[in-house]
Amino acid sequence: MPVLRWIRRNLIVIAGLLTLAYMILPNVVVMVFSFNKPNGRFNYSWQRFSLDAWKDPCGVADMCGSLSLSLQIAVWATVGATVLGTMISFALVRYRFRARGAINSLIFLPMAMPEVVMAASLLTLFLNMGAQLGFWTILIAHIMFCLSFVVTAVKARVMSMDPRLEEAARDLYAGPVQTFLRVTLPIAAPGIAAGALLAFALSFDDFIITNFNAGSTVTFPMFVWGSAQRGTPVQINVIGTAMFIIAVMVVVVGQLIANRRKNSAR
Amino acid sequence: MTVTKEAPPAPVTAELKLRKPSTRKRLVPYWLLLPGILWLLVFFALPLVYQASTSVQTGSLEKGFEVTWHFQTYWDALTDYYPQFIRSLLYAGTATILCLLLGYPLAYLIAFKAGRWRNVVLVLVIAPFFTSFLIRTLAWKTILADGGAVVDVLNTLHVLDVTSWLGWTESNRVLATPLAVVCGLTYNFLPFMILPLYTSLERIDGRLHEAAGDLYATPATTFRKVTFPLSMPGVVSGTLLTFIPASGDYVNAELLGSTDTKMVGSVIQTQFLRVLDYPTAAALSFILMAVVLIMVTVYIRRSGTEDLV
Repeated sequence: MPVLRWIRRNLIVIAGLLTLAYMILPNVVVMVFSFNKPNGRFNYSWQRFSLDAWKDPCGVADMCGSLSLSLQIAVWATVGATVLGTMISFALVRYRFRARGAINSLIFLPMAMPEVVMAASLLTLFLNMGAQLGFWTILIAHIMFCLSFVVTAVKARVMSMDPRLEEAARDLYAGPVQTFLRVTLPIAAPGIAAGALLAFALSFDDFIITNFNAGSTVTFPMFVWGSAQRGTPVQINVIGTAMFIIAVMVVVVGQLIANRRKNSAR
Repeated sequence: MTVTKEAPPAPVTAELKLRKPSTRKRLVPYWLLLPGILWLLVFFALPLVYQASTSVQTGSLEKGFEVTWHFQTYWDALTDYYPQFIRSLLYAGTATILCLLLGYPLAYLIAFKAGRWRNVVLVLVIAPFFTSFLIRTLAWKTILADGGAVVDVLNTLHVLDVTSWLGWTESNRVLATPLAVVCGLTYNFLPFMILPLYTSLERIDGRLHEAAGDLYATPATTFRKVTFPLSMPGVVSGTLLTFIPASGDYVNAELLGSTDTKMVGSVIQTQFLRVLDYPTAAALSFILMAVVLIMVTVYIRRSGTEDLV
């Protein structure tokens, strides 16, 4: 049978596309249900088409407040984790010193630990210190768990960098600051950008660690969590759809910039 | 006779051959490391110490807690909550295997077959990262809803009869069953499997496939003898990145499951934030950490790949 033979030949492609469909399906559902007008408090079954939620995305009490809080935390966590992480990566790749192994495992461990363990242990620290749970404890926690991911992303880039480029700059009488700003940083930039983007996504989307260390502060993921019990407003789907579209745009623009760089470098 | 211990010869290291940098320069790496490492020590390592101490405390919220080296807590926690523990490992393990089975073809597709569509597919894999995973998990509630299209199809095909017989679903329901929780876990951690797989597959030289073909290897043999072994680093880090977070997750179990599908993360969360029984919660989370670290160490040793980071 030719059909069967075709399926056999393209088995991997078919299986891959099915997986892709499985991954995209919830996003499609989120998008479709952002145009729904539910009868009750729960937006789980299709009733009829409506643009209400899109016209009034902030029409739900506290939702946009939690969204802006999440954005603020994500921005500061990204800045903090990226600066600290980039410094660590440079030290690890460029210098030989004692305790390198220990530091490598200290950076690896947060990634090799279930989030709930980190979340609970950090809470015991804050409780013992008598810290007021809220914005600052969330920010501290987010910088902590984003740090390892930034180090991993930046390290990969710095490791593939040719140190001779910096030597050349120094031979051409560039000072250390000049060398760093004009040579080192531009070459490391894609790695740093990738690390920062990852940190932003991780921080913005984190639920488990935030849930433990937020006190009565409500971030956007916590708002969504609460709404699962109280009733999900359609506006949540609007925000979800908008985030998906923005993310796709950011990645596409990033790709275009990278491609243009590659072409102009040739 | 006295044995004089000879001083071992000084190791000739690469550093010695370099000209000795000034003290100020030698301190540079330490200054670079200091803030970040301090952060990790204070907010990652120190909390673990605090948690260890909390787990051997007794007392109550009103009277205060005291370290009494009460190791009984660990035993009690284990005997009370071993079903949740076993369930967590079982669900996380199943989700990891499913992620590998589902993720491998897609990673392979992106690495070798996508051609100019490669970036598009990659974007579709990464973009969900940026849409709140809680919103997407809630979407599964809609997809798997009772009487919904998915349940209808599975019912017509009599799949649900089989899965109900196996205890994965309840008659005519998918939501609030183990199947729904594993489906959610698999979905949520798939990108963590696909990306490392893709990275290691992409590094494989395409000429190796040609060479295998020239040596009369069938595509299946080529895959078994060449492609898969070379993708092992990706398989290892992918399974770890999937299994570790999945074993501690409680979002999927809470949103898509029922009280019969509770995982250990839920228990830790409830004990910590609602019951306020800190010692039990700390002991549970320590046991989870120990189990995961032991499993990970054994797995890494077995698979023989050390270069993970």
